[in-house]
This record gives sequence, structure tokens and C-alpha cells, in this order.
Amino acid sequence: MAKGISKKELKKEKIPRVAMPEQDPEKRSGNFNEVTLGYTEEDALREASRCIQCKNPKCIKGCPVEIDIKEFIKLIREKKFDEALEKIREKNGLPAICGRVCPQEDQCEKECILGIKDDPVAIGRLERYVADREMRHIAEGIKKCAWSKVTKKCTKEKVAVIGSGPAGLVCAAELAKMGYRATIFEALHKPGGVLVYGIPEFRLPKEIVLKEIEYVKSLGVKIEVNMVIGKILTIDDLFKNGFKAIFVSTGAGLPYFMGIPGENLNGVYSANEYLTRSNLMKAYKFPECDTPIVKGLRVAVIGGGNVALDSARTAKRLGAEKVYLIYRRSEEEMPARDEEIEHAREEGIEFQLLANPVEIAGRNGWVNKIRCIRMKLGEPDDSGRRRPVPIEGSEFEIEIDVAVMAIGQGPNPLLASSVPDLNLTRWGNIKAEAVTGKTNIRGVFAGGDIVTGAATVILAMGAGKSAAAAIDEYIRTGIW
Amino acid sequence: MYKIIKKEKLTEDIDRFYIKAPLIAEKAKPGQFAVIRINEEGERIPLTIADYDRKNGTISLVSMRVGKTTTLLSGLKQGDSIQDVVGPLGNASEIKNFGKVICIGGGVGIAPVFPITRELKRAGNYIISIIGARSKNLLILKEEMENVSDELYICSDDGSTGYHGFVSGFLKEYLDKDLSGNKDKETSIARVIAIGPAQMMAAVAEVTRSSCIKTIVSLNSVMVDGTGMCGACRVEVNGKTKFVCVDGPEFDAHQVNFNLLLSRQKIYCDDEGVCFDLYKHKCRLPQ
Ligand SMILES: Cc1cc2nc3c(=O)[nH]c(=O)nc-3n(C[C@H](O)[C@H](O)[C@H](O)COP(=O)(O)OP(=O)(O)OC[C@H]3O[C@@H](n4cnc5c(N)ncnc54)[C@H](O)[C@@H]3O)c2cc1C
Ligand code: FES
Repeated sequence: MAKGISKKELKKEKIPRVAMPEQDPEKRSGNFNEVTLGYTEEDALREASRCIQCKNPKCIKGCPVEIDIKEFIKLIREKKFDEALEKIREKNGLPAICGRVCPQEDQCEKECILGIKDDPVAIGRLERYVADREMRHIAEGIKKCAWSKVTKKCTKEKVAVIGSGPAGLVCAAELAKMGYRATIFEALHKPGGVLVYGIPEFRLPKEIVLKEIEYVKSLGVKIEVNMVIGKILTIDDLFKNGFKAIFVSTGAGLPYFMGIPGENLNGVYSANEYLTRSNLMKAYKFPECDTPIVKGLRVAVIGGGNVALDSARTAKRLGAEKVYLIYRRSEEEMPARDEEIEHAREEGIEFQLLANPVEIAGRNGWVNKIRCIRMKLGEPDDSGRRRPVPIEGSEFEIEIDVAVMAIGQGPNPLLASSVPDLNLTRWGNIKAEAVTGKTNIRGVFAGGDIVTGAATVILAMGAGKSAAAAIDEYIRTGIW
Repeated sequence: MYKIIKKEKLTEDIDRFYIKAPLIAEKAKPGQFAVIRINEEGERIPLTIADYDRKNGTISLVSMRVGKTTTLLSGLKQGDSIQDVVGPLGNASEIKNFGKVICIGGGVGIAPVFPITRELKRAGNYIISIIGARSKNLLILKEEMENVSDELYICSDDGSTGYHGFVSGFLKEYLDKDLSGNKDKETSIARVIAIGPAQMMAAVAEVTRSSCIKTIVSLNSVMVDGTGMCGACRVEVNGKTKFVCVDGPEFDAHQVNFNLLLSRQKIYCDDEGVCFDLYKHKCRLPQ
């Protein structure tokens, strides 16, 4: 028995974890609607009752922004749903989003004491429940909008935020709350970063992201789209235009390719392009929307993270009969959220694990085959995961019409290359101080994926929030 | 929203739009491009910034009607607006005094070659311009080009004006003549800049390859974001994958894999047909 838990506490864990209502796999793999439908009030109350309210709650430490999980679950049990949401909002400004996309099984839920013998409390689902409930109540007119429809007027110094992903949105929102005039500059025509162009509708409805962005705007944040900083304006221009500090949150938007033959054939996509076409440009509504996408009947997706699973499941929804997920390690090492792996299996995605592409072959300029080699796991590498090694002579081929490379993204060098003095890591990420996000250039802060490399929504948000506090201090004191 | 201040018809199918975009006009340089999106359902397409007027805060874009998006664009009038215009994107052309430079424009490619030619002329180069089109009535910007060139040659595929044939054919004859009149058997041309359809640029590259004249082309690949985020625009240069939107759009023509460019340009040809047909059907345009 785990230390420090009384028998009485363990006895309480009788109720099984409440399952998430979902769209039927067969039906959902033909549409782009959200897969998970969300708890009912009854589900939420039942699940919340499983929490044993530990004296020393470990879950809170598992949360990158340390939401007071114990307390918000207690409030749910008392049916104080609005208060529960407020409790979450103290630390996390985007609960409807995080409830859906955080890798809870590696964070809060991993630490949950119940998880030792049983399934942990479904913390993420509860978080989502209270956030969705409020949105529903506002839509139905039961509750007044939590924020004023009139945009607040901010009067303090101007701060520029570059990039409108979770890091930028949260940083700007926090700054506006403190009274700063924050302006977000976004390269694309829509704000939201990966939340809009990357993560598909069936996992994160865009309406939710839109509502969060409306909220950020209502705080007084200005968002200027179609502004590629480094091109239309440089960091120096921004300072000259009166911005007192700059937060760089440009994300990890540079797609990596494997460097194997055939990667430039027609029908081979980076996951970024594939997902951007489908999500941001709505290619799944082609030809009503003008952006096309190659809809293969047989699609191979290479990679094992959320990006790969999102691509594979998108392919299925675009009409593919066969979707292969090719990953060089085993399922255990897959960095994707457990729920996505499970959903992908249910939707009939075929997993080709311990396999790695060596060549993409084509005919008349179009991809028609992918050649792979079987792998086995060797010694652990730097990341602590066992290194995959090819098994000689084990090559095999799969016939395909489309291949999507989802093997990772790096920092987009466009902005950094316009600021030659900015210190970067070997991989091109911006070097920034932990917590404050200070770079080596006075007045320039950075956070989110551009600093950490491709990570998570919650970490990006956390970085945005703590940088906002550091920016406030810098502007008030002038001390760098 | 970006307002169309003025629209000019250059030929039956080609229009020039002057668009209010003061920040872009302020920063734009020859060789750079913009990505536009006409409306909420629209796709993002790249168009070269054909010129910019910093004083009036406008940029001009030249577009030829080919697919649905360009047809929609050509339907816009003075006073209408374009939903999104992003720019300036890509790297600017290298402008300095090289000596004698040949500037080649084919079809709508004359539009982007014009500001580069003008700046090269300003930088002190001796400019030989070769511009071509399928036919006389499709030739654009003849006067503009004339004003910034020391020599101007015109070609047409059908022989209705100037040299009867492709710009690449004329270039070959010009270079041969240049060489034969030169006792050192060394070309006097420092650089060639060619912008137009991919086949034309490939043909120009073949002409200049043997004489090793540095030849620059501006590649017109498929694009989505235009910021290096998606890789839709990838091409092969000197055996390596490059992104046209951030590494280009200009590259050394002798290192470009034109076959790959041509092949990748065709990815969505069928889809474009489908989309355009639906549009024509809805708008009752003649099929
Ligand atoms: C397909 C996919 C699925 C994912 N799934 C999950 C998940 O389930 N759970 C999870 O926690 N995380 C997930 N992630 C990771 C997560 O989305 C990122 O870690 C997070 O979005 C990073 O936030 P950010 O604010 O740093 O950057 P981003 O969200 O990448 O936003 C950066 C923004 O900056 C803009 N920009 C870039 N350069 C410039 C410039 N020069 N000028 C102006 N604007 C610029 C970009 O257009 C973009 O909008 C996923 C990522 C992807 C791609
Ligand atoms: S257009 Fe997306 S990377 Fe070039």
C-alpha cells in the first residue's frame, strides 16, 4: 500500500472511472465533429465523487501550472460548478482547451493516488465539463457572459506579442489584465496558432478556440493578423513604434522531413501542410472551400506523436480506406496522448510499429509505395527511451497514394534571422531564462515552443503567463 | 481587408490591381511576393509584388485569370476589397552593378521582372530586356520595360510581333551573336534574370548553362502560408530540398530541378478544375 494513505481512503475507490461519452467509431471516422461528447452533470458528479481529497494532493504537483485540483473537484462535488471553474481559472485561462488536449496521463492524472490500484480520477474531463457547462449556459442565456462584451480600455505601456498560439494569447491576456496595451501580431490570417491550424476540429472544435480568443480581445488585447514579423516589421521597428517590451511566441512551425529519397514526390506532405490545408483552410469542405488536398485511398503517416495521430485520423475522415501509422519505436514510447492512440485504433488506423521508412517510391511524379525497414529496440538514448535500431534485411513495402511526414517540427527561423544578435540554441530555439523568458536582448522575452521545442499547450500557456509577470516587472522597474 | 484603389486591364486576361497596404508598400523590395486570400472560403495564393508606391501606400499585383481564385480576383472592381494580403514575403533580388544584365520576362512574368529591371538600371547596369508572350495582344508592360532598358527585344510565339519564337530562342541567337563579335570568345553578359512559366525558365537555363552565365530565376511553386511553415513550396536546388517562400523565390537556374517544379505545380490541376467547374456552374458562367 502506498505510504500515507489510510485504509479508509483506499476503500472509497469503488466507483469505476466514468467513461467518456463518444461518437461511435464507425460514424465519427466519416465526419469532422468532435469525437468526445463530454460528461453530463451526473457523470461529472459521479466522477468527482471518486476523488479521495488526499491531505497531500500529488495531482497538483503534476500540473505544469499547479491548478488547485483538489479544491475544484471538491467544488464540483458540492455542485458549485461556477466556483470550480473560477478555481481553475486562477491558474489556467484556457480550461475548455486544456481539458481536451492536455496529456493528463503524463501530468496530474499520473500522480493521482487512485491510479496506483485503479484508474486515476478523470481530472481533465472534469476540467472540460465545468468549462463547457459555462459556455453552454452563456449560449442558452442562463448565465451572463463572464466577461464584458465591451472591450476594456488599457492605458499602460504598449507591449508587442509575436504569435497568437497559447503562449502569446495567455501572455497578452495577462498583460491586458494588468492594464498594458498588448498587441498580438500573427503571421496567418487567423489567430490561435496550432490550436487553429494544427489540432483538428474533431479533437478541438474551433468554436471553442474562437470563444477563448474573443475573451482575450475583450480584455483589451489587439490582434493584428497577416503580420509576419521579421518581414513587415522587425523587432527594432516595434521598439521604434513605442512598444516597451516584446514577447516572442512564434512556436515550432518548421516541418522536418526525413531526408530519404522520394520525399518531394506529389502526394507527400508535411503534417503541417496536411493539417493546415484541412483545418485552417477547410480543405475537407472542398470544393465549397477553395483549398484542395490530395485525398488518397491509402495513406501512410510517419510518426508517433499527437501530430501523427491527428494526421492519420484526418486522412480517415477525408475518405481513406487504409491508413497506416508508421512509427519506429513501440506503442509504449509513442508520445501521443493515450486517448488519441485508443481513438485511432477504434477508427481502424493500422499501426505499423517498430518500422521506419527508408524510401518513398513513385510513378509519373506521384508517390505509390513506401519502403520501410523493421526496427528493434536497443539501449536507451539521451531521451531515456530505447533507441530503435534497424533489423538488416527486413525491408518491406506498402502501397500508398499519400504519405504524411509527422516526425517533428523545429523553430521557424524567419523571425530569428531578422535579429542577428538574438542568442539561439544549436537547434535554432531562442535561448530564454526559465520562468521570466528573458532573452539576451533587452526588452525581448520569449516562451512556448520557440524556446522549448515542440511541447504542449499547457507548458506554452504557463510560459506566457510567467513571462507576463516578468514583463510587468521589467517595465515598472526598468531593471533587466 | 485591403482595398483596391485602382484596377487596370492589361490584356483580356491580365489585370493590374493597386492595393492599399501602406506597411507592405513601405517594406517591399523587388523580387518579393505577397500571399492573398480573396474571401472567407478562399485559398491562399502567392502573387509577386509587381510594384510599390511608398508615398501613396499602395502595392500593385498583376494577375492572370486561370483558375477559380484568379477569376474571382479579376471580377473585383476598384473600391472592392481583398480579405487578406500578407507580405512582403521571400527574399529581395540582389541589386548591384553587375555590368551587362539580360532581363527576361515571359507572359505575366514580365510583371515581376519589371521592378527588378528598373532597380538594376538605377544601380547602373546596362540592361538588355527580352520580353515575350503567346501573341501581340497578350504582351504586357512593353512601355514600362522600354523605359528602363538600354535594349528591348520582343518575342511572340505566333510571330504577331517582334521575334517569331520563344524568348529562350531569341536569347540563344543573341548570345551567339554576342560571342561571335567578341574576339576573346568570352561573353560580355554578367547575369541573366528570367521570370515566367517554368518551361520558359528551364529553357533559358539550358541556353545559358554552356556559357556559364549566372542565371537567376524566380520560382512559382504552390504555396500555402508563405512563411516556411508547411513545405508545400519545396523544390530541389543543387540536390537539396529548399522552400521557395523563405529560401527563395530566386535561385540559381543552373541548380534548379525544373522537372520536379513542373511536376509539383500540377498536384492540384484536377482539383482546380473541379472547384472552378462548381463555381462556373453556380455562377452560370459559360463552361
Ligand atoms: C497537430 C498538433 C497536435 C498537437 N496536439 C497537442 C495536444 O493534444 N496536447 C498538447 O498539449 N499539445 C499538443 N500540441 C502541441 C501544442 O499545440 C504546442 O506545444 C503549442 O501550441 C505551442 O504554443 P505556442 O504558443 O508556443 O506556439 P504555436 O501554437 O505554434 O503558435 C505560434 C504562432 O506564431 C505565429 N508565428 C510564427 N512566426 C511568426 C512571425 N514571424 N510573425 C508573426 N507570427 C508568427 C504562427 O503562425 C503561430 O500562429 C500539438 C501540436 C500539433 C502541431
Ligand atoms: S508555402 Fe508553406 S513553407 Fe513555403
